[in-house]
Amino acid sequence: MASETDHSLGEAVAARVERRWATLSIIIVGLLVGMAAYIGIHQATMPQGRVETADPKTLHLSGEFIESNLGSEMQADGSVTVRAIGQQYSFTPQCIVVPAEMPITFRATSADVVHGFLIEGTNVNTMLVPGYVTDLPVRFKAAGDHVMPCQEFCGIGHQGMWGKVKVIDKAAFRDLAAAKRRLTCVD
Amino acid sequence: MLTNRPLIAAHFWLAFIVFGVALVLGAWQMFVRSPLNAWHFNPEFYYRSVTAHGSAMGYVFPTLIAMGFGYAITEASLEKELIGRRWAWAGFLLVAVGAVVAMIPVSLGLASVLYTFYPPMVGNPFYYIGVVMVVVGSWIWVALMVTNFVIWKRENPGKPVPLAMYANVAGSLLWGWTAVGAALEILFQILPVALGLKSTIDAGLARVFFSWTLHAIVYFWLIPTYIAYYTIFPRAIGGRLFSDAMARISFILFVVVAMPIGVHHLFADPQVGAGFKFMHSVFTGLVALPTLLTVFTICASAEIASRLRGGRGAFGWIGALPWSNPIMLATALSLVMLGFGGAGGLINMSYQLDATVHNTQWITGHFHLIFGGAIVIMYFAIAYDLWPHLTGRALDSFGLMRTQLWLWFVGMIVTTFPWHYVGILGMPRRMAYYDYANPAVSPQAVSVTMSAIGGFILLLSGLLFLLVLIRGQFGARGEAGAYRFAVPLHMPARIPVALNSFGLWLALMVGLTVVNYGFPIAQLMALNETSVPAVYVGASR
Repeated sequence: MASETDHSLGEAVAARVERRWATLSIIIVGLLVGMAAYIGIHQATMPQGRVETADPKTLHLSGEFIESNLGSEMQADGSVTVRAIGQQYSFTPQCIVVPAEMPITFRATSADVVHGFLIEGTNVNTMLVPGYVTDLPVRFKAAGDHVMPCQEFCGIGHQGMWGKVKVIDKAAFRDLAAAKRRLTCVD
Repeated sequence: MLTNRPLIAAHFWLAFIVFGVALVLGAWQMFVRSPLNAWHFNPEFYYRSVTAHGSAMGYVFPTLIAMGFGYAITEASLEKELIGRRWAWAGFLLVAVGAVVAMIPVSLGLASVLYTFYPPMVGNPFYYIGVVMVVVGSWIWVALMVTNFVIWKRENPGKPVPLAMYANVAGSLLWGWTAVGAALEILFQILPVALGLKSTIDAGLARVFFSWTLHAIVYFWLIPTYIAYYTIFPRAIGGRLFSDAMARISFILFVVVAMPIGVHHLFADPQVGAGFKFMHSVFTGLVALPTLLTVFTICASAEIASRLRGGRGAFGWIGALPWSNPIMLATALSLVMLGFGGAGGLINMSYQLDATVHNTQWITGHFHLIFGGAIVIMYFAIAYDLWPHLTGRALDSFGLMRTQLWLWFVGMIVTTFPWHYVGILGMPRRMAYYDYANPAVSPQAVSVTMSAIGGFILLLSGLLFLLVLIRGQFGARGEAGAYRFAVPLHMPARIPVALNSFGLWLALMVGLTVVNYGFPIAQLMALNETSVPAVYVGASR
């Protein structure tokens, strides 16, 4: 049977060990949060800053998501803007053509229910919520073909909603863009 | 001293029957979407099944476990009969009837919206009404836990509330508040549309409300598991709980920081700005803290038990643990899965890393490993531990129990590790089938097949579990004695008021939720023209 002093001694040891572990835990969590914050600020991979709206009832009638405005567009500042729509159960354009090694902005929304898309083999991954505009800066390192599935349940045809992304050489893209205002793979 | 044994047994039995049915659906889903299945089947059946599997496993099964275990804790730890027995039965009936009311439209294909609802898709109103009944039934349990806690404290001034009860009330308060998010979404947004009173809905706002519930619900599922770690495990292996105070701090941390973190489910959504996403990311990091503290305390408690049994050396004591004891085995396997799942969670918490895995099979793998693995294996342990006290009969098929636990662990690893892997490759979740002939998808076929095999192992383990329980109903009669909880190594003579009450923590819980959710919700409610036409599911309107 332990004496009273042994008992309080043991209690002090237990409390000390426990405090050390708690401190270490806080440091671990602080480090992880700090890393995320640092990368967010210095490499600018932060979520979109502000909330923009788009009415799915009138998307096809006016505004930036009318059909003739969808696809990839060369901007005056040398960047590319891709506008797209998701709907049950396809994307428009169904095949997106973009240049490698150029700053690209995806602007997209949904015409009906919640959709999403990710581009396999890249870190591009976002949601399309009807009523809101998704604005996502991306950059592709190399030319190549990717599949672009809808990654959010959107109804019983969800499994068939796969788009394509064709990343082509910068110069080839410039040639195409000189001839046509809005580009898709089917042109 | 368990007085209301039929009440507790009814909760556990219904929970495990629901679990068994949902497990069969899960295994079927794993099979049909894998390359093992021939190409053609009706994908609508898949989404029906996912809706039923998710609703049963997410809403009904863990809620019944928390309720039944909560009643057992109240009677055993406070050493008095539960106050409000009739209300408890009313709550049970609401959950049971609600589950049936919700599942009828789902099985008819009238509400294939998955358990996360996904407005503007809207299904049959009875699906949502059933879910609301389940939640209201569980709120009766919340009220009963708080009532029993308050009355006991009044009757025992100055005495510390037993840890098991304190943690149990923490879990009930957490659930009471976190369920409010989904309740607001259903009552004010979805049901009016489902009943035909309105035809538009703000899908973005609905997602924000749902995220309020969606993440903290995981901690509601987790609390019974943590109660078992702290108050059953050390007693079952013949040891002591390392620290009573640290246990209370862990549960308090869950109450305070579980809620204001749900927007990490919306990192990729356009309707919440970057600032609040960052806030929620930071708080998500904080919620790792109680788990880190818990892992330490539980391992230290195991070491105490081992050294009491003669365990020696810096690591030698691990071998001296009573490994043939199912509670020992379950806890160890649970902690391993918690380690892998928790590491995955820390990856998901950062916006940058989440972008590669958002809505891929990685996420499915992640929450199956944490919930289906680390949490549910301890539900098995709780049942094994409690059963003799409920039936008054011996539960002694230890070999079968060990086999069952090992199979569950192996099945969960075989299912979820390949899931994580194909997630990194970019395989999207929630799809009825994949075109494995597509060169972009075919490299994922082997991993999906492995996952499906894991699903069958889990099914086998689940059936063994039910077999053990059924055998327990027919075992030799024997009084199991009073149901006891682990005793701390150093019982503090006095406990600070803050560690024996909830006032301050409730204020922080609500306050932090308002801080982290108030602005995003107010902003979306103030925005005009964000309500979009509803898309009715499975109905010919």
